[in-house]
Amino acid sequence: MDLRFAPEEEAFREEVRTFLKEKLPTRIAEKVRQGKRLTKQDHETWHAILNERGWLANHWPKEYGGPGWSVAQAYIFDVETALAHAPRIIPFAVSMLGPVLIKYGSEAQKSHWLPRILDGTDWWCQGYSEPGSGSDLASLKTSAVRDGDHYIVNGQKTWTTLAQHANMIFCLVRTSTTGKKQEGISFLLIDMNTPGVEVRPIVLLDGEREVNEVFFTDVRVPVANLVGEENKGWTYAKYLLTYERTNIAGVGGSMAAFKELQRIAATERKNGKPLAEDPLFAARLARLEIDLENMKTTNLRVLAASGGGAASLEFSAMLKIRGTEIRQEITSLTRRALGPYAQPFISEALDEGFNGEPVGPEYAASAAVDYFNNRKLSIFGGSNEVQREIITKAILEL
Amino acid sequence: MDFNHSEDRQMLADTLARYLQQRYPTGVRHKISSSDTGWSSEHWSALAELGVVGALFPEEAGGFGGSGFDIAAVFEQFGKALVVEPFLGTLLAGRILSKVQGQKQLLEEVIAGTVPLAFAHEEPQSRYDLAQVAVRAEQNGGVWTLSGCKAVVPQLEAANQILVSARIAGTPGEESGIGLFLTDVASSGSQVRGYPLVDGGRGGELILAGSRATLIAENGYSLIEDAVATGLVALSWEAIGVMDVLKAATLDYLRTRKQFGVPIGKFQALQHRMANMSLEIEQARSAGINAAAALDETRVARERAVSAAKFTIGRVGTLVAEEAIQLHGGIGMTWELPLSHYAKRLTMIGHQLGDEDHHLDRFVALGRVA
Repeated sequence: MDLRFAPEEEAFREEVRTFLKEKLPTRIAEKVRQGKRLTKQDHETWHAILNERGWLANHWPKEYGGPGWSVAQAYIFDVETALAHAPRIIPFAVSMLGPVLIKYGSEAQKSHWLPRILDGTDWWCQGYSEPGSGSDLASLKTSAVRDGDHYIVNGQKTWTTLAQHANMIFCLVRTSTTGKKQEGISFLLIDMNTPGVEVRPIVLLDGEREVNEVFFTDVRVPVANLVGEENKGWTYAKYLLTYERTNIAGVGGSMAAFKELQRIAATERKNGKPLAEDPLFAARLARLEIDLENMKTTNLRVLAASGGGAASLEFSAMLKIRGTEIRQEITSLTRRALGPYAQPFISEALDEGFNGEPVGPEYAASAAVDYFNNRKLSIFGGSNEVQREIITKAILEL
Repeated sequence: MDFNHSEDRQMLADTLARYLQQRYPTGVRHKISSSDTGWSSEHWSALAELGVVGALFPEEAGGFGGSGFDIAAVFEQFGKALVVEPFLGTLLAGRILSKVQGQKQLLEEVIAGTVPLAFAHEEPQSRYDLAQVAVRAEQNGGVWTLSGCKAVVPQLEAANQILVSARIAGTPGEESGIGLFLTDVASSGSQVRGYPLVDGGRGGELILAGSRATLIAENGYSLIEDAVATGLVALSWEAIGVMDVLKAATLDYLRTRKQFGVPIGKFQALQHRMANMSLEIEQARSAGINAAAALDETRVARERAVSAAKFTIGRVGTLVAEEAIQLHGGIGMTWELPLSHYAKRLTMIGHQLGDEDHHLDRFVALGRVA
């Protein structure tokens, strides 16, 4: 065994670091580091910078504008960008829809939509979840009924992340109600400016608008926007999920957040000494660091075993569970580290250009907000309980 | 990156696994572990002949392995078969012999399988702290004698030669002033009080009362730390082997045992416990990989990785042992079921060379140095 990266991979790491040093705007990186709100413009700016280098859709094949990276290179890129506090790449178009179009889309769909993803013409959101469906995705009810060259779509999607920025949504819709519920689902691309589409914000417990409800009332969608075959959407949806799994542990993000936590623990004081030297807090930190180190290696094992393809269901479920638990624990300890100063909430302090006087240390503004926001991690993408079911099915064979 | 063993190492692991399956099944193991000696010289010689002892030491020392992953591959198989033979003491003491002058011949005999070793370092009051050495070493007319007591030394009675740490200078707790000595129980005047261990095999207290010994290293603390690091890799991988067996046995039971008309594995409460157990075992395996890879690193990196591994193994090991018994229900409590012996060994690994609290504490302290 050899846990080291090859010399050419280390050289690539240097290349990424140099790129980040030169091209990642300090203003944006600082916002990310401090947990401030990113605007649509911030995301678009970073996507454009990456696209200029050919690194935006970094796991697309070369012929469609991807860089042709190995699994190890994609991993290094994820970690380095996170450690440099780059915004995460908004995954819906680049990581989810793109691979599905590349594998199942028509030539016309590929040549029309893929370049628009890369140059930022379209902002996509994902219409999967519905009220009452939760992790039981196949129970979805939004209907698409064929009417000549169009589908008429009626129904409601929910938890639609950043739909307020989006002009396009890819949806799972029901095109048949007979037979198995997985077999009547189709994959449809819908222009959100079509009459009958309405987006309403859902304010989350941290006071932020991150997710939305999307309503469809007699929305006419051209049949040309159907991806693949009618009633085969479940296959494409599953493919989309496997594609994202290799990065499901979010190692880079957790490494960056843990470093920030260490910095805070070294700054905060208890009994006149750094909090990091308090035996109980130090033990919590150490357990977390060890769990993170173990998960990094588990993640690399899964990447190495996947050989560039999809990771096994069982292992990606493990990574999802442990990766999200670790991230949640980081935000939990960050909140605890602040003591009473976790409580003040100055919403404006999360915006760029806030000139008011901060309450407590500068890093306090977002700590509790991040903690509460990250409770979502063990709920979305198939709750961690659903992931345990997946592990069970894969190992128990019952 | 490469997470596969080299071909040679895999071949050795396979050969060892085959030997243990055929010649060291549970019935045989129980007979050996409950015998008066608590080990088997016959199997010891046979395993040495297969190259299993040689795999623990580098070429310069007359072996053909000695890397973290060699140790890992061998001890993982020991875990799967609950081997009680004196490999841990031989690894620890042999590691030290391979790093000092003038012990090449003895080490050759060790690798040939004629001399099992024991490493008598811990004391009744030391509680895993490597610098807590109270046994005194004194020199009179060029002869060294040792006085004091060493505690719970695995397979102490099996060893022809015992490596003993003793204080030449300073006080317990200090890293400097700890000498390393070789002693031969038969001719040194020391006493061995042997006893059975709860997880099989035997251990012993070594009582030194002006017992003669040969000095092999002064200021041996760093040698002890380095040897214990290899021991932590070994125990971690033995635990991983044990955990894999417990997982397989528990899965099998969940599939076959019926209650309320269905296999009990159909019940979600049990399924989620099983899923957790299997997730945690993979984390433990990753910790073991990190530790094995770190043996060649600088001191702090190495020590942090082995402490992280032993902490993880301790935490996960307890969980897996307890869950395996619980999921088996009453049958998991019986002597007859091999599972119970695996659970005992796994739990007792936590009591060797430092438990999870000890290593978490150490990990924190080492972090301050790094």
